[in-house]
Amino acid sequence: MEKILLPDIKDLHLIDVYVSNGGYNAAKKAFKQTSDEIIDQVKKSGLRGRGGAAFLCGLKWSFMPKTTDKPKYLCINGDESEPGSFKDRQIFEFNPHQMIEGTIITCYAIGAKTAYVYIRGEYHKWVKLLQKAIDDAYAKGYLGEKMKETFGTNFSCDVYIHKGAGAYICGEESSLMNSLEGKRGYPRVKPPFPAQNGLWGCPTTINNVETIANVPKIIEKGWEWFSKIGHPKHPGTLLFGVSGHINKPGVYELPTGTLLTDIIYNYAGGVPNNKKVLCVIPGGTSMPPIRGDKLEGVRMDAESLKEVGSAIGTGGVIVMDEDTDLVKVLARIAHFYHHESCGQCTPCREGTGWLEKILKRIIAGKGSTSDLDLLITVANQIEGNTICALGEAAAWPVKFMVERFRDYFEQRVSKEISLPVANKVHSMRETAFPLADVKN
Amino acid sequence: MEFKFTQANLERIEQETKKYPVRKPAVMAALYIAQEQNGYISFEVMKAIADVLGITAEEVLGVVTFYTMYHQKQMGKFHIQVCTNVSCMLRGGYEIWNQVKDKFGLDHMGVTADQKFSLEEVECMGSCGTAPMIAVNEDYYENLTKEKVEELLQSLKGSN
Ligand SMILES: Cc1cc2nc3c(=O)[nH]c(=O)nc-3n(C[C@H](O)[C@H](O)[C@H](O)COP(=O)(O)O)c2cc1C
Ligand code: SF4
Ligand code: FES
Repeated sequence: MEKILLPDIKDLHLIDVYVSNGGYNAAKKAFKQTSDEIIDQVKKSGLRGRGGAAFLCGLKWSFMPKTTDKPKYLCINGDESEPGSFKDRQIFEFNPHQMIEGTIITCYAIGAKTAYVYIRGEYHKWVKLLQKAIDDAYAKGYLGEKMKETFGTNFSCDVYIHKGAGAYICGEESSLMNSLEGKRGYPRVKPPFPAQNGLWGCPTTINNVETIANVPKIIEKGWEWFSKIGHPKHPGTLLFGVSGHINKPGVYELPTGTLLTDIIYNYAGGVPNNKKVLCVIPGGTSMPPIRGDKLEGVRMDAESLKEVGSAIGTGGVIVMDEDTDLVKVLARIAHFYHHESCGQCTPCREGTGWLEKILKRIIAGKGSTSDLDLLITVANQIEGNTICALGEAAAWPVKFMVERFRDYFEQRVSKEISLPVANKVHSMRETAFPLADVKN
Repeated sequence: MEFKFTQANLERIEQETKKYPVRKPAVMAALYIAQEQNGYISFEVMKAIADVLGITAEEVLGVVTFYTMYHQKQMGKFHIQVCTNVSCMLRGGYEIWNQVKDKFGLDHMGVTADQKFSLEEVECMGSCGTAPMIAVNEDYYENLTKEKVEELLQSLKGSN
């Protein structure tokens, strides 16, 4: 299998190595065509977003207005804060110029003269690595005014890094734009969509780092070539980040539609001590988990995962072995979303806290079967009732984990608890003088 | 406590503003620069940034309180961040968290009396494939074991 994003070429991150391997030729090729022709090819290639929602990339670009008196912007999303995701940093480190070249082509296609790469604040090292690559691209005349001469075109664009400062929500596209404007990273109500009203009220496109890094290869080798790789409805390769209970954790570039069992057992070396798999989260913690006894035949692409009631997300595969305490895992996930909720919407701000509290109560041995139903009720009340998709991201893992592992959770709450007072609700309130003690 | 940006830092902030059509977005970079110079973000710092960027101190405060990486109190010289999110947790993240806690007698956001160390339990740092991990200031330490953590902490204790 040929790798598109992370080929095995030594020192590819250096601009000279990138150029001597045909780098920046795709941009040259792109400038000989109209922007509509570029958008058309990306559309036909079937490239879908790698940031979570798997939206058709070319289609998104076509939403940008053709005529406007406002400047247009491109934002590249390198916030990468979804637990279980660690792929974009590989591109910053090992193939930054392909992303920069993709940025140039995308800017040309949508008519943007400025692109911002939003990188999470904790990625100091990768900010430096990408900045070095950007500086080199400027120096060699691939960016800025000088690119007109280099590429023989009258188009030019600039690329800047904007560093975040520790907030998962800033990966959500409208929150990202607020953060880029120097504000609190509150998500915005949609519509209006970014293509109409984005950064500073101007037409804006937001794409993930990995999405953009695919673009040069599509232009270079043609959309037909790309559309034939992997699953026809979600073509290309994905950078699967495999973590958790696994012998060889890491990032694996594989075609979409690869069997999940192949990823776990062939590429990532299987589970330590040959333990059984209890649960797999296929695309970062927001995505519905899959039972270990249901892994057979599951393929890793947006369409196939939808069929088994999950989603591809960021392709971050988290493997949990049979000895994992799922309640603790779920409580940790719930804590994360509670901590990261921006607090604008009541269902998300309050609901995420309740989910965490109920799960902690179950861990403390004070849970009951009705708590399991309560978890699902609360999750359902968050889902669909919020400004942004963090609501779903918080609700899904809880709802689907409890539904799919009902047997497991039932066991955990079936312990007999004797309470000194009849009114359970009151006795379970947290007070300085705990009334109820669990008897094991 | 009074705060004044150094000339060099003022120039760095000026450079940052050039990335954007307006000055305000440079607030995020300015806060990093100020934190580097002053150690933490005091209200005087916020006022100084507001003056430089032509925004209000309240706007700066809004940004400071939204993001976890800006600190409103002096943290340790070595700010130790331990990830306990799922991928790290599955590979011993909480054992490492407890180990570091015990070593310094600190809890989340605690600072040692000599201000040399501070501790923070952090969310996923994007190192799940090399979990468990710790970050000390800006540097990541990955694929950790109890022994490696012990070694790392000893070397930090020994250094100035
Ligand atoms: C809470 C939340 C966090 C997100 N975090 C990220 C992220 O870290 N990186 C990313 O590329 N997309 C993230 N997204 C998705 C973005 O909103 C957006 O859909 C994506 O960047 C679009 O790029 P794509 O079409 O190329 O996938 C997040 C969405 C939500 C709701
Ligand atoms: S869903 Fe949650 S994170 Fe999103 S805007 Fe509402 S409160 Fe904020
Ligand atoms: S879970 Fe710790 S780095 Fe991702």
